[in-house]
Amino acid sequence: MALEIIESCVNCFACQPVCPNDAIYEAKPHFLINEDKCTECVGEFADAQCASICPIEGAILDELGVALNPPGSLTGIPPERWAAAQLEIQARGGTPL
Amino acid sequence: MDLPIYQEEAAPKGGCSAGSCGSTDDQLGHLSDDIRKKVQDHPCYSEEAHHYFARMHVAVAPACNIQCHYCNRKYDCANESRPGVVSELMTPDQAVKKTLAVAATIPQMTVLGIAGPGDPLANPERTFETFRQLAEKAPDIKLCVSTNGLALPDHVEELSKHNIDHVTITINCLDPDVGAQIYPWIFWKNKRIYGREGAAILIEQQQKGLEMLTAKGILVKVNSVLIPGVNDQHLKEVSKVVKAKGAFLHNVMPLIAEAEHGTFYGVMGQRSPNPAELKDLQDACEGDMNMMRHCRQCRADAVGLLGEDRGSEFTLDKIEEMDIDYDKAMEFRAEVRKGIQAELDAKRAEAHGKVVSLEKDEPQGRPVLMAVAAKGPVINIHFGHAKEFLVYEASYKGAKFIGHRKAEAYCAGDETCGDGESILGKTIKALEGCETVLCSKIGYEPWGELEAAGIQPNGEHAMEPIEEAVMAVWNEMLAAGKLDQPAEAKKRA
Repeated sequence: MALEIIESCVNCFACQPVCPNDAIYEAKPHFLINEDKCTECVGEFADAQCASICPIEGAILDELGVALNPPGSLTGIPPERWAAAQLEIQARGGTPL
Repeated sequence: MDLPIYQEEAAPKGGCSAGSCGSTDDQLGHLSDDIRKKVQDHPCYSEEAHHYFARMHVAVAPACNIQCHYCNRKYDCANESRPGVVSELMTPDQAVKKTLAVAATIPQMTVLGIAGPGDPLANPERTFETFRQLAEKAPDIKLCVSTNGLALPDHVEELSKHNIDHVTITINCLDPDVGAQIYPWIFWKNKRIYGREGAAILIEQQQKGLEMLTAKGILVKVNSVLIPGVNDQHLKEVSKVVKAKGAFLHNVMPLIAEAEHGTFYGVMGQRSPNPAELKDLQDACEGDMNMMRHCRQCRADAVGLLGEDRGSEFTLDKIEEMDIDYDKAMEFRAEVRKGIQAELDAKRAEAHGKVVSLEKDEPQGRPVLMAVAAKGPVINIHFGHAKEFLVYEASYKGAKFIGHRKAEAYCAGDETCGDGESILGKTIKALEGCETVLCSKIGYEPWGELEAAGIQPNGEHAMEPIEEAVMAVWNEMLAAGKLDQPAEAKKRA
């Protein structure tokens, strides 16, 4: 039972100090979770601490590979609005994100 | 009557400003000598100082404990200048090395700030380690920090220990219902708290932190982001309240929102305020509060004078090669600062002797907005080379700086002007509401285009002090009878 940080992590350090198990460590190209130490905060906190402060949707997955912060859940931007905005940017010759 | 352009009475020592752009006329006038001394060489607190003294930010604080709808932590860009954007994250040791390198190279750099790219107080170890080392190694550099305020009450004690006497808090609202439209969540006591509930906690912490800081005599500037339709009217109340609690300067900045930035506001189509809306709000707050108007909304790793960024001269690999003898550098820095101070004192003495006289005693003529191409206190930039224009409001009361408008230099100086035409068009649009543009020189073509757009170019005051030139032009307009019609007759931007 362990959470996982994936490549969309922006290395902002926010999760590292809030982990009660000292399971998160700085690595290249992004932070990682030591799966032997991670308890998903069960029994310690109501919610996994790393996923509760992480600002990036989709960057932290549970043991089933499901994003704890799915698209739209943190920014409040509906995924379809995001997609439409990318098309608009492209249409006027810009570089979509 | 004598025009009180230089505000002698209001600012008996030091506060009187020959380049009084930036904040309210008596910005420094009502402050004690002690406080005035603290801000007179701080470019972000004293508008006069920003012409002469430089600042730098070190990006040691990546983590944040809240989300703001105008911020996106995912997409940083080296070519952009806006808060929250950085190129290179640093460790405290690297930041100290960079600061000493910049201080030795740019002796007029007087201020080191930590402003992100996250929230400095959400990274207390990294932030305070940087301050601790710098206080020891570079006692001639002022230290300051800016924060969203959530963790501020927990750190006021530590801030005062490190001799940090300037703190900026970003306060966008007092009302949790307004806050819920700005802050989607905060991280608080081991939980992510969404919406109104989170905003209410944030607001309470900000106000508590502000009170604790001012009780300790720490200078507090309040930054607010003006978001049309969200907090525009509310900010007047914010201004009143933070002043009552002892903040000494209020900096209302326009929202930056582009879809390309990937922020909530950018993607959702929230518009930014136009220059006239920003000015109206700043004017409305001004009766109660000292308003800062010279903010350039710089990056969290900016280096140099406000409005310029020399960060690329001090990348990690470049500072690695520099060998800094800081004791020696400090002597040189002291010399340079003494020179600047002497220059400022001389300017003030000269300014005190000068007033612009009018023939009539009562208010006359309408206020006129004028754009000025200048870097520093005199008109010294060619129209085509200007990357920004300073905007002054000239009236019978004198010349008052009210803000700046960004532009692209459309003339590269040689060969082709490429899409010069469309850039000129953009510049003319950026100058909307201004009736005159003063610059050191201007080409024949832009002259005609500006005139056609109702903006009178003027190159007759090259190398003259800005305010004197602005008032000379206003007086000419008055004498020519151009200012008889009421202000409403002229459409503003």
